[in-house]
Amino acid sequence: MIPLAGRTEVDWVALSVLILLFLVVTVLGFMASRFKRGDTLESLDEWGLGGRKFGTWVTWFLLGGDLYTAYTFIAVPAAMFALGSVAGFFAVPYTIILYPIIFIFMARLWSVSHRHGYVTTADFVRGRYDSRVLSLAVAVTGFVATMPYIALQLVGIQAVLDVVGLGGGGNWFAKDLPLLIAFVLLAAYTYTSGLRAPAVIAFVKDALIYLVIIVAIIYLPTTIDGGWEGIFGAAKDKMAATNEVTGKPNGAFIPVSGQMWAYATLALGSAMALFMYPHSVTATLSSDSRTTIRRNASILPAYSFVLGLLALLGWVAIAAGTQPIGVDGEPNPQLVIPQLFEDSFASWFAGVAFAAVAIGALVPAAIMSIAAANTFTRNIYKEWLKPHATHAEEAKVSKIASLVVKGFALLFVLTMDKQNAINFQLLGGIWILQTFPVIVFSLYTRWFHKWALLAGWVVGLVYGTVAAYNVVNPVNGKHFGGSLAEIPGLGDLGYVALTAFLINLVIAVVLSFILNAAKVSNGSDETTAGDYFADAGDPRVEKDKKVRPKTGGQGMIIE
Amino acid sequence: MADPEHPGGLEVPRTNYTLLAVAGVLLAIPIVALLWVSSYARETPSLWGFPFFFWYQFLWVFICAGCTYAAHRLVLAARNPGPGKHGHIGDTDLGGDERGQQ
Repeated sequence: MIPLAGRTEVDWVALSVLILLFLVVTVLGFMASRFKRGDTLESLDEWGLGGRKFGTWVTWFLLGGDLYTAYTFIAVPAAMFALGSVAGFFAVPYTIILYPIIFIFMARLWSVSHRHGYVTTADFVRGRYDSRVLSLAVAVTGFVATMPYIALQLVGIQAVLDVVGLGGGGNWFAKDLPLLIAFVLLAAYTYTSGLRAPAVIAFVKDALIYLVIIVAIIYLPTTIDGGWEGIFGAAKDKMAATNEVTGKPNGAFIPVSGQMWAYATLALGSAMALFMYPHSVTATLSSDSRTTIRRNASILPAYSFVLGLLALLGWVAIAAGTQPIGVDGEPNPQLVIPQLFEDSFASWFAGVAFAAVAIGALVPAAIMSIAAANTFTRNIYKEWLKPHATHAEEAKVSKIASLVVKGFALLFVLTMDKQNAINFQLLGGIWILQTFPVIVFSLYTRWFHKWALLAGWVVGLVYGTVAAYNVVNPVNGKHFGGSLAEIPGLGDLGYVALTAFLINLVIAVVLSFILNAAKVSNGSDETTAGDYFADAGDPRVEKDKKVRPKTGGQGMIIE
Repeated sequence: MADPEHPGGLEVPRTNYTLLAVAGVLLAIPIVALLWVSSYARETPSLWGFPFFFWYQFLWVFICAGCTYAAHRLVLAARNPGPGKHGHIGDTDLGGDERGQQ
């Protein structure tokens, strides 16, 4: 007995194409260990940062594959489909202004990390203030914020499997087996190849994504009456229509007065937060020179263009009358893009599209698990548990940690309602932005006091969590109903994370002023002004590199 | 010159702050333009069926890429002032290694 109201049959052609492409990237993942290979994989620099020698194009694919995740590809059009432009299209300004923002500070982070062998942002904070506590705060925030993000990549794969017709079987084993297999393979080649695996797979992922979206955006409007005008017309009608439950319009076609702050703060807050995540930093630090990241800031927007097109596919689905209904018979907006592909494309091309999403989940999941594992190894294991760990031990611990992290993510998705993963991801975004002052301001100045930064972080975290909890979904009455809350003193809705950040900032400034006036020690600084400009091939850095394996990287200056 | 007390301490490169300021403006332009939502939250004029709100933001993908690339070139030039131009030493509050540099 299979209780299905939606699809019952499996699309075998699409499934075969999906499996075939999946096998191709699996082979590539295992072969990747030879890509730009160093002498050994037995150090974090090699396993966790690909030897720090990815050039402009590898970095472009890697960062593109890393930042524009499968979940983004599922969730952004889903938000457009269900709620309109404020909830969905802000992703476009977000991923545009992202690049001027990271242009400004990421080169400094790259340089100081290159100079001192930092693998994580918490490493940098440790070196800058000689503060284990502040470093731990940054590490734990990064780790906790990354976990649900990995879980959501699985949700992306699940959405595809659901539409192909898998995952509806009676018992949990048949239902979850495909996801389990996908993840075991991912875990295995991440374990053996480290960051090189996602770097190589990212080429395939990005090529497939570009192909599918360009085809979809050119072909699909020709199947709809009135082309683009018909699509925007249908979206406008749907958004303006009254929602039966809330008595308000379904969503926003174009932000109106009262929604502008929401749109702007979502874009700005998200852009500031993205490069605080460990996986973004890992991909950046794996690049081979200071200029690589800046050059990338001007070519990465190509992905933003594609993301914008993808967002509009959510509205193409409105005009096409797509019905996103899961194998369990429940409507689920997250299925809208896979369902649109399934309905509109020939089976084999739908298979290619599904593979693009599924493989799109593997790249960020791999990088995120590596980044979380690096953070654990450097800032928790080595810092608090085993200070004299060798480079080989670090790599070993990190490899195992990457397995554990993925295991937890899998467990999270399989045992809990996926709304939990979405809630935690929302909270993760709020939390990670609270590390912005500690990381970014500290790249420029030591005026901020370490205890003031810590206090700001705590208050921002608490405020953001409470504010997010108090957002109630008007449809189902549940907490964590969204990331918008009233901006105190302004009245309009705004992104909770950014409000929390401002409160964080005020606390940090006021307390720094007081603590500095009281001449409370702000720790010692192992970095020098020139470190923030170091570039590849600097003879003194090269000399240090030779010394580092003996002395063990971080902490070598303090003796 | 590196500070003898910080073996391997690096120099701050000489910097042309005028070029750096121009680069800063170029980077600020897309941020300000896109955060100023009320300047583009409207439907007309539409282009190929796309309401203004949408095609305008797509347009900024290209403008922003251009601005960032120009800023990249400017910053490279700013850090390598030609012969005869004297840069400044920045970041003097950043600790230990200014002494050997003048």
